Amino acid sequence: MNMARSEMRGTLSRRRQRRSRMVKALCWLATGIALAFLALILFTLLWLGAAGLGATVFTTSTRPPGSGGGLANAIVGSLIQTAVGTAIGTPIGLLVGTFLAEYAGRSALGSAVRFVSDVLLSAPSILIGLFVYAILVAPFGGFSGIAGAVALAVIVIPIVVRTTEDMLRLIPVALREAAVALGAPKWKSIVFVCYPAARQGIATGILLAVARVAGETAPLLFTSLGNLNWSTSLTKPMASLPLVIYQYAGSAFDDWVQLAWVAALLITLGVLAINLLARAALSSGQ
Amino acid sequence: MATLMNAAELTLATPAAEATTARISIRNLDFFYGANRALKAIDLDFAAGEVTGMIGPSGCGKSTLLRVLNRMYDLYPGQRATGQVLMDGQNILAPNIDLIQLRSRIGMVFQKPTPFPMSIEDNISFGVKLHERLSRAEMAERVEWSLTRAALWDEVKDRLGAQAGALSGGQQQRLCIARTIAVRPEVILLDEPTSALDPISTLKIEELIDELKGDFTIVMVTHNMQQAARIADRVAFFYLGEMVEIGPAAEMFTAPRQRRTQEYITGRFG
Repeated sequence: MNMARSEMRGTLSRRRQRRSRMVKALCWLATGIALAFLALILFTLLWLGAAGLGATVFTTSTRPPGSGGGLANAIVGSLIQTAVGTAIGTPIGLLVGTFLAEYAGRSALGSAVRFVSDVLLSAPSILIGLFVYAILVAPFGGFSGIAGAVALAVIVIPIVVRTTEDMLRLIPVALREAAVALGAPKWKSIVFVCYPAARQGIATGILLAVARVAGETAPLLFTSLGNLNWSTSLTKPMASLPLVIYQYAGSAFDDWVQLAWVAALLITLGVLAINLLARAALSSGQ
Repeated sequence: MATLMNAAELTLATPAAEATTARISIRNLDFFYGANRALKAIDLDFAAGEVTGMIGPSGCGKSTLLRVLNRMYDLYPGQRATGQVLMDGQNILAPNIDLIQLRSRIGMVFQKPTPFPMSIEDNISFGVKLHERLSRAEMAERVEWSLTRAALWDEVKDRLGAQAGALSGGQQQRLCIARTIAVRPEVILLDEPTSALDPISTLKIEELIDELKGDFTIVMVTHNMQQAARIADRVAFFYLGEMVEIGPAAEMFTAPRQRRTQEYITGRFG
């Protein structure tokens, strides 16, 4: 009786250990595959991009094939559109996120806003480009940097909404009550207690939104269009790194293809830097 | 005027009101979480300058009562109180009461320390700035005064600009007490203020409460009967939303009038 039981336990335990080893091996394999792709992408970018890196990339604008062009206009255009898009989208996202976390509760309006924001979060970015084309480009008769920035802002908003709401909801009830117990009106407890408490999480969300839009191509196609010449005017078509990649990578000219790789490398390094910054922001002071 | 008359009559009619002057008088208070009646016809006076301890098993309504006194329940739709809570003849449950002013007169310290994510100094000045306009020098003076009264000044005077979160748990709780008294309230509500602290920090807080009484009327909820016996002047026993009895601390723990109180303090339930 006892023998039989312990034997049964033995086989059961062996079978479970075998299964555990198998699942563990699968996990390692999957991780390995994912990391291999990532490494391959980075390696290819560095290999092909670094070859074309030079001072002219930063000092000259895009030029016709064979005349030694750079990426200055695209770099500046990308910086401007990302900055303006973030500057427009962040406050809106912050306020909507605050509304959802602090005021909407489980109301129908809150649920509707949350749903719409989540849909927007996963909307194909080319649709957002089309939408901005319809409201800002077509009626005003021209492509412009500002239209591109607005398209990027539309992508920034739902990301910031989500992180802001999530981070504010993580704040312990006791902290809010403590502020209220001192006599703070609700808005003061949000602005002076909740925002500082959620600061790192919200900042991380904003940085991730920046990283996301810095590499967006589709929303810029019908909005800022791209510009072969140097231009920092928001009312004129504006160049950007993703659009240069889009136009140059498939071209028949070797120096253009080379520049596309350089642009890809620059975007990747920029996004990587922003992600590292976000990590640092999140871990500092915790 | 009508409430004033009422209050006077009721005070005369209630045996609970003894010779001491009542800072807050609760009359026929009911409290509801939705349809659930959590407090039943409470009549209770908190004497000025005294520490009143509230004891009772979990869910008996003692913390709920604290949250009525500063109208904290207003934050949550579905919670409501009926009856009267009188302070200076005014019913603080009235809808037209200025809650910000009320909370400047009735401060609260919570179970777990709740330092704000800012410097030690800013933790103190945050509350003060809500109610008063002080010059830089006056504010510095207020910060020192409140931290001294909370027995924390010597430990933090060299690092007032440091983040409050870096303090130990006991220090954080004393900071929360300092923050509360910096507003110069008349009443301080303490919701199990030492239940998250180690014995030494607990002792410090208890000494501090003893120091503060006289200047402030203190209402303290506690699960620790020894603590109630040590620092409360009077103790109220709550059970299932009712106040069973209230009396001087010494009497409550040696000769309670009610059987339920006796059973609770001797550990037969709770």
